[in-house]
Amino acid sequence: MSKIVTLNGNMAIAEAIRQINPDVVAAYPITPSTSIVETVAQYVADGLIDSEFVCPESEHSAMSVCIGAAAAGGRVTTATASQGLALMWEMLYIAAGLRLPIVAAIVNRALSAPINIHGDHSDTMGARDSGWIQIYSENAQEAYDNFIQAFRIAEHPDVRTPVMVTFDGFIISHSLETMKIEDDEAVKKFVGEYSPVYPLLDTDNPITVGPIDFTDFYFEHKVNQLEGIENAPKVIEEVGKEFGKRFGREYGFFEEYRMDDAEVAILLMSSAAGTAKETVDELRAQGKKVGLIKLRVFRPFPARKLAETLSRLKAVAVLDRATSPGAEGAPLFVETRSALFDYPERPKIINYVYGLGGRDITPEHFHQVYRKLEKIASTGKVDQYYGYLNLRE
Amino acid sequence: MKKAKTLEELKNATWKELPIGTVNPDPANSLKNFTGTWRSGKKPIFKKDTCIHCLFCWVYCPDMAIIVKDGKVLGINYDYCKGCGICEVECPTKPKSIEMVKEEVTLS
Ligand code: SF4
Ligand code: SF4
Repeated sequence: MSKIVTLNGNMAIAEAIRQINPDVVAAYPITPSTSIVETVAQYVADGLIDSEFVCPESEHSAMSVCIGAAAAGGRVTTATASQGLALMWEMLYIAAGLRLPIVAAIVNRALSAPINIHGDHSDTMGARDSGWIQIYSENAQEAYDNFIQAFRIAEHPDVRTPVMVTFDGFIISHSLETMKIEDDEAVKKFVGEYSPVYPLLDTDNPITVGPIDFTDFYFEHKVNQLEGIENAPKVIEEVGKEFGKRFGREYGFFEEYRMDDAEVAILLMSSAAGTAKETVDELRAQGKKVGLIKLRVFRPFPARKLAETLSRLKAVAVLDRATSPGAEGAPLFVETRSALFDYPERPKIINYVYGLGGRDITPEHFHQVYRKLEKIASTGKVDQYYGYLNLRE
Repeated sequence: MKKAKTLEELKNATWKELPIGTVNPDPANSLKNFTGTWRSGKKPIFKKDTCIHCLFCWVYCPDMAIIVKDGKVLGINYDYCKGCGICEVECPTKPKSIEMVKEEVTLS
């Protein structure tokens, strides 16, 4: 039976891992993801799950163990954050290149320097071209739901690509929330059995994985790799719908909040959506035509779908919780603006960076953005397309 | 579990025809890669009279160039010996039972 419980984001992920009982969990604890790994280690020690738990000497090794175990044919998971994800860097690309359906919970945290343990998206945004599917979660419920779906997406025969499920450090990882945990058996049934395509342990069909590949094959292998993530949208959609049918919470690429007849909107990801929704409600009560789009899947980027929704607006503000130094705006903005390029009717679009290193974002900041959008919508003019929220300037 | 195509079958394969995940279906295909062609300047000579068959050379050789049968070193397989000289350094006998000597290569 499903039950209503009070959990934080990390405990919700640990619960999902307990229910899924993967073959191997290899992880090195790092704030704010530590309690996921700690709890899973406890579950293994208590005999609640029979996963092989490996605690190597670094995150680089943790991802290496995941790769080895996944290549052997196992269902594999890990969790990390920030510097830990950064230390996994070269192995992330290898996991994707080898088409290993590893699932990782990433608790979003700022990257050094300066050292900071709080939530922003610099870590996963840095990994956006590593070949992993990226799913962002607003709260603990979504983190749990996304994590369960991630196995189905990653392991789908047409996809076979690793997935990272992310949620904001401390705000979600450590805040208690009332949420629904589904029935153990129902989750196991939803995730299903995993059958690897070319497991190294299939000794009747010996293979080599990850061999050297020069000018003759590298290019073909790389394009072959892309096919997995290009096949992902269909699967993400199907799995999100099936999850909805089974558990009552349906998922797509993004959530549209009060977007009917909206003239201006904010586009963002993760926990800030909660505060933004509050603000939208306040403004709607005043009769203002404002809305919110919360993006869930950043990779593969749902460019066409998003652009279709945005193209009917007058003005859009894209809010990024990361920067892209030297680029023409922060990552979500750059992708979104590029997605709109082919649409003859497109909104004015601006970019704000917010919340770096866990800096708070409150309804007042969202009011500020919506005021700006209304001004742009009425004048048709953008005086400054890039700025910061809640920064001492 | 799938049976992958052999390397021979994949020789001119397009990206669509390749097995996913860089899988190389040919086990032990490095046998076809003669690393001995990398040797430049020196090659090891095995001297069976002083050899105590400790197999240090076999353990340390980074390729598969030390020929061993029934626990005894028989010689060097020059098809795979890249001439690194590690075997000579590791050989514990005095005088050494493997000695690196000058090798002239005539390019044709
Ligand atoms: S020279 Fe190097 S490659 Fe050749 S036999 Fe000795 S150790 Fe092996
Ligand atoms: S290291 Fe020297 S003594 Fe030992 S087996 Fe090799 S050649 Fe013989």
